[in-house]
Amino acid sequence: MRCDVFFAGYGGQGVLLAGNLLSYAAIHEGKNVSFFPAYGVEKRGGSAMCTIVFADGDTGSPVVGNPSVSVLLNQLSFDKYAAKVKQGGICIVNSSLVECQNISLPGVEVVLVPMNQIAIDLGDVRMVNMVACGAYIEKSGALQSASLEAALKKALPERNHRLIPANVKAMEAGAHAARG
Amino acid sequence: MQTGTPEKIFVKGNEAVAMAALEAGCHCYFGYPITPQSDIPEYLSRELPRLGGEFIQAESEIGAINMLLGASAAGVRAMTSSSGPGISLKQEGISYMAGSELPGVIVDVMRAGPGLGGIDASQADYFQATRGGGHGGYRIIVLAPASVQEMYDLTMLAFDLSDIYRMPAMVLADSVIGQMKESVTCGPRPQTVLPPKEWVVRGRAAGEPQNVVKSLYLGDGEMEAFHWKMQARYQELADRECRWEEVQTTDAELIVTAFGSTSRIAKTAVAMAREAGMKVGLMRPITLFPFPKKAYAALSERCKLFLDIELSTGQMIDDVRLSVARDADVAFYGRPPGAGSLPTPEELFEQIKKNYRASA
Repeated sequence: MRCDVFFAGYGGQGVLLAGNLLSYAAIHEGKNVSFFPAYGVEKRGGSAMCTIVFADGDTGSPVVGNPSVSVLLNQLSFDKYAAKVKQGGICIVNSSLVECQNISLPGVEVVLVPMNQIAIDLGDVRMVNMVACGAYIEKSGALQSASLEAALKKALPERNHRLIPANVKAMEAGAHAARG
Repeated sequence: MQTGTPEKIFVKGNEAVAMAALEAGCHCYFGYPITPQSDIPEYLSRELPRLGGEFIQAESEIGAINMLLGASAAGVRAMTSSSGPGISLKQEGISYMAGSELPGVIVDVMRAGPGLGGIDASQADYFQATRGGGHGGYRIIVLAPASVQEMYDLTMLAFDLSDIYRMPAMVLADSVIGQMKESVTCGPRPQTVLPPKEWVVRGRAAGEPQNVVKSLYLGDGEMEAFHWKMQARYQELADRECRWEEVQTTDAELIVTAFGSTSRIAKTAVAMAREAGMKVGLMRPITLFPFPKKAYAALSERCKLFLDIELSTGQMIDDVRLSVARDADVAFYGRPPGAGSLPTPEELFEQIKKNYRASA
């Protein structure tokens, strides 16, 4: 089984951390993982994206043209990448920042999650990437949420481990919202 | 400086290079920062001094390569790393190292060019790497990793081959392989038997012969003899050290060939073609110098169609064409480097279909 997911947003939304987190979760489940980041030269505000491929066997190409699941966190990445989602795939959209009237992606399941709003309600907008991860786990079924919890310990520096419970909560909220 | 651990760790390709250098006993690193390889000096600036080694951020790439020459002449394992513009600056020093028969590892994480270019993945420095790059007519060992694990393994191998054949060895990666993260097993340094470095510049006791490391040959016939000696060494390399990977080539009617990051994308495209019932295989050279000519020749005895794919307008294709049988065709698909030019497996699959149909 080979799974792929594409994350995109603007720099500062935690897209790369989300990708790292999913990678560690997949490793936790014994998978081989390729994590391929791409970002602009800007420190903040530029575009940031990453592709994660995980498989029991060879991961093959780290580059994916038509992702099975895309998680798009802002308008720019939605406009650029939503149409690339594979037929039969899933497009998870941050409806807090993306204009959601008239979205038309035939053959693709569109999942609207007000990620910023959920993160703000939980106390910090910076948890938007955790909400996104929760929504991804829920809709894709590709990884266990327990693995994601375990991954937090690996992906976060030790000084931030005290924040893990809040992040787990944000992931649960993301999953809940995606369930609809 | 033993740092190897059997457990798998999740790191960037660039970090794997640095870790392999430490495990290989690299004592000195000299470099100057440039994207997309700065993770290498970053890692080594932290770890190398702790292990008793020397890390120097040089005043320039030219300074760094000449420090590498000096450290190597003194007999220690040493490394430098850079990308496009910086590697160009190093060419004079690499030529002097080749002329002085000095080992040393140079890591080139290719980025787009010419000139300042850009920070995206490129394979357009294939010629620069495999043809020597500097003046005077020489070659260096060139290894092309296609995964983070190979960034580790081939860096390790580069140190050994460089010491055995007394010539610089280059790890030729690109920004995809350098920036990508994968799990890697950091194996211990292999127990390779290395020739003693009897030629090093060192203090000597009375009566001991003087060692001179130089690239100046003025005596009658001296320079010519040097060139023939090196030519024989390149042949020895070709006979013994060619490495490559074949995927499903046995019954293939079309063989895709690519190196480094492109070969990874091609591998998935080949899998798509197999799923569609097409007999397609993959040939991936791991050593670019020596180029695995005999392996290509053997494959082309049976399969008469190759599709060479590169992130350039075509450089390795020259070596492929020189290696395959005369009646074999080599088609080409290239994507010159730059933002947004990285091909997807889906796009390469289209190219496979196009060429496969044309041959049917």
